[in-house]
Amino acid sequence: MSQTATPGSGGQAVLREAEHHFDYTGRKLGMWLFLFTELLLFGGLFIAYAIYRHVNFADFHVAAKDLDLVLGTINTVILLTSSLTMALSITAMQKGNRKLAVWLVVLTVLCGLAFLIIKYFEWTAKISHGIYPASPELMKLPPGEVRFFGLYYAMTGLHGLHVLIGMVLLIVMAVVIARKPFRVHSFRLDDADETMAGARPAIVDGDGKPLWKGGIIDENVEQVSVVVRLKPGPQTIHPSDYVSLENAGLYWHLVDIIWIFLFPLFYLIT
Amino acid sequence: MAVDVAGRSQGLPDYLNHRAAYSGILSWVLSTDHKRIGVMYLVSQLTFFLVGVALGFVMRLEMLTPGPTVISNPAVYNAIFTVHGVIMIFLFVIPGLIASFGNFFLPIMIGAKDVAFPFLNLLSWWLFMIGAFVAIASLFTGGLPDTGWTFYVPYSIQTNTNTTLALFGVFILGFSSILTGLNFVTTVHQMRAPGMRWSRMPLFVWAIYATSWIQILATPILGITLLLVMLERVLGIGVFDPARGGDPVLYQHLFWIYSHPAVYIMILPAMGAISEIIPTFARRTIFGYKFIAGSSLAIALFGSLVWAHHMFTAGIGDKAAVIFSLLTFLVAVPSAIKVFNWVSTLYRGSIELRPPMLFALAFIFLFSIGGFTGLMQGALALDIHLHDTYFVVAHFHYVMFGGTGFALFGALHYWFPKMFGRMYNEKIATIAWALMFVGFNVLYFTMLLMGWLGMPRRYYDYLPQYQSWHVVATVGSWILIAGVLLMVGNLLVALKRGEKAPDNPWGGVTPEWSTSSPPPVENFEKTPTFSGGPYDFPTEVAR
Repeated sequence: MSQTATPGSGGQAVLREAEHHFDYTGRKLGMWLFLFTELLLFGGLFIAYAIYRHVNFADFHVAAKDLDLVLGTINTVILLTSSLTMALSITAMQKGNRKLAVWLVVLTVLCGLAFLIIKYFEWTAKISHGIYPASPELMKLPPGEVRFFGLYYAMTGLHGLHVLIGMVLLIVMAVVIARKPFRVHSFRLDDADETMAGARPAIVDGDGKPLWKGGIIDENVEQVSVVVRLKPGPQTIHPSDYVSLENAGLYWHLVDIIWIFLFPLFYLIT
Repeated sequence: MAVDVAGRSQGLPDYLNHRAAYSGILSWVLSTDHKRIGVMYLVSQLTFFLVGVALGFVMRLEMLTPGPTVISNPAVYNAIFTVHGVIMIFLFVIPGLIASFGNFFLPIMIGAKDVAFPFLNLLSWWLFMIGAFVAIASLFTGGLPDTGWTFYVPYSIQTNTNTTLALFGVFILGFSSILTGLNFVTTVHQMRAPGMRWSRMPLFVWAIYATSWIQILATPILGITLLLVMLERVLGIGVFDPARGGDPVLYQHLFWIYSHPAVYIMILPAMGAISEIIPTFARRTIFGYKFIAGSSLAIALFGSLVWAHHMFTAGIGDKAAVIFSLLTFLVAVPSAIKVFNWVSTLYRGSIELRPPMLFALAFIFLFSIGGFTGLMQGALALDIHLHDTYFVVAHFHYVMFGGTGFALFGALHYWFPKMFGRMYNEKIATIAWALMFVGFNVLYFTMLLMGWLGMPRRYYDYLPQYQSWHVVATVGSWILIAGVLLMVGNLLVALKRGEKAPDNPWGGVTPEWSTSSPPPVENFEKTPTFSGGPYDFPTEVAR
């Protein structure tokens, strides 16, 4: 749809976008910096892990046998799948397919939920065997195993919290995409009082034929602006429509990649 | 620097008087204007500073005589030095100049309307206030705090006081610091006005940029460390607690991986402000612009690799100790580069000794003493002798109070007319400066000597042989506090009744002086364009 404002007097009216300046690169840069901080947050835990595993190599080996490799593997597959649906959802949105994007986000959230449910069964199984921080059962084990399980609960716990935060973020994104279909642009026409007095606004097609005509701009009119409501579709999609979804996706991939490191470090070192 | 602000008019409402969406106090605490947020940080930080000063005053009073002087319960003394440390470190010097003046002047100095994420900026301030509230509340609930500001394990795990809540408060403060950092890095990368190349950025911007990177890269480590102590206290996961197989030295490593870079978070923006003040009052281009800018980045880099020099007596290996000692000596090089460049800038300049310049000169003097005493502790053998004495405390105060504190007051006197559009009484400001400078040295130089003679830190009582030193130090604290109060009073009076300040009272050439005082809401009438170096003085070019 082409939108043209025609000031009747032919004066040099200036189109000025009233909307706040949108900076795609800035938004992405900010998110990447935040992801650095998240990596470093987990980095502290990975350092602790590296040191303690170096010191208690054999104990870590023994303790890792207590973890359920099958459930761990299923969870890894689930999270990897969720990263796929996340990436697909962003591509769908970039191509303007809003409906598909929402459904793929919902699918991603469901994967996250499945991950947490399996994690819950893993933890409760451990706890029912008396293996939890500071438990009398755990305290009987050699110190290396105590450290292993301390780190296991701290690291998978913090990771689980991040999965939860990611899910909340994605639910918000799904609602935003589903509910706010229009991108509104508002253009102010400057000097309305002088050059446009007595004019009549119109929308014209390529041949100059009017498609729509408005009322006369008289002395009661203080400000003339053009408001454009764009539906994000294949032709009209704009980076501002999907940058938030992309950023949420980046966060989700981070959560995924942290698990990719946690899985071998806890389950596969037997 | 030539700033083209074509079509600028004086008629724009300034940021203090324009009509916002809300009125009264809400127009401040809900404002996303970086200038208002900067002022809010400044006011909250100075308030916390005065509380910290009051606690320091009581501590010094207690040390006037051996045995109980004004405090009968030693646990109260422990509480006072803990609260003094927590407030001064986390609520005053870490936000320091970056949150207050950084917020106010970073966008103006690069010709932007605001920071990259204005809403996030407001959120940072709210997190700062919430974190401050939680931290302070924890200190007054559940018994007297007694861990010191470093929260060393295993004591912080065993003590019955409300340490978990205090840690949570500091965790929130860390979050606020991270968000400010990522906001400023994005702002510097994305928001520079036409012509504001990297090589034209004022040195304060460079300092803020380097600091922001440290905030982003170091603070998460503190976050996870405090989180682990909290988990340790609540669940007993056994990562740090030796009773459960943990290693307390690991805590010290992780704590200082953040907290040593944190001292550069505190000092770098201060150095940036000094690099602004000195050329303005020497009427000379800064000497070695590239080296000052580069040394900020070098400090940010090397400063992240020296943490274990806090742990020479904690039982780390000899090889590691030697490496960390070497790195500690290396990190002094970029700091020294800055000092040499400032002094070279003064050489053959037309020096004008007005209050901001006096603070800047005091900074160079006090920071140099602080830096040299720091190197003494970086030497392995000497550190064994000096560890946990007043020498360390005095060194730290020379760097942080004599350094960051004096720079902050210098920046306050330098930018006060720009921020509030009013001038203060320069004579009183000079007297306040003199009192502070004298009082500071009487107090802390005495403490340096006392530490050298073996007076341990954090002790409630001491041997009678130290008493004459303690008396001198305590008298010094009175002179210092008199200066601080005079300074604050002078500025408060100026805020209400000061003369109207011109747009450029000092003849500065950096961008902030080319807009009106106080600046309009969007900083400049139109987006400015820049040309020429940041410190090209017309008079000097003519010469």
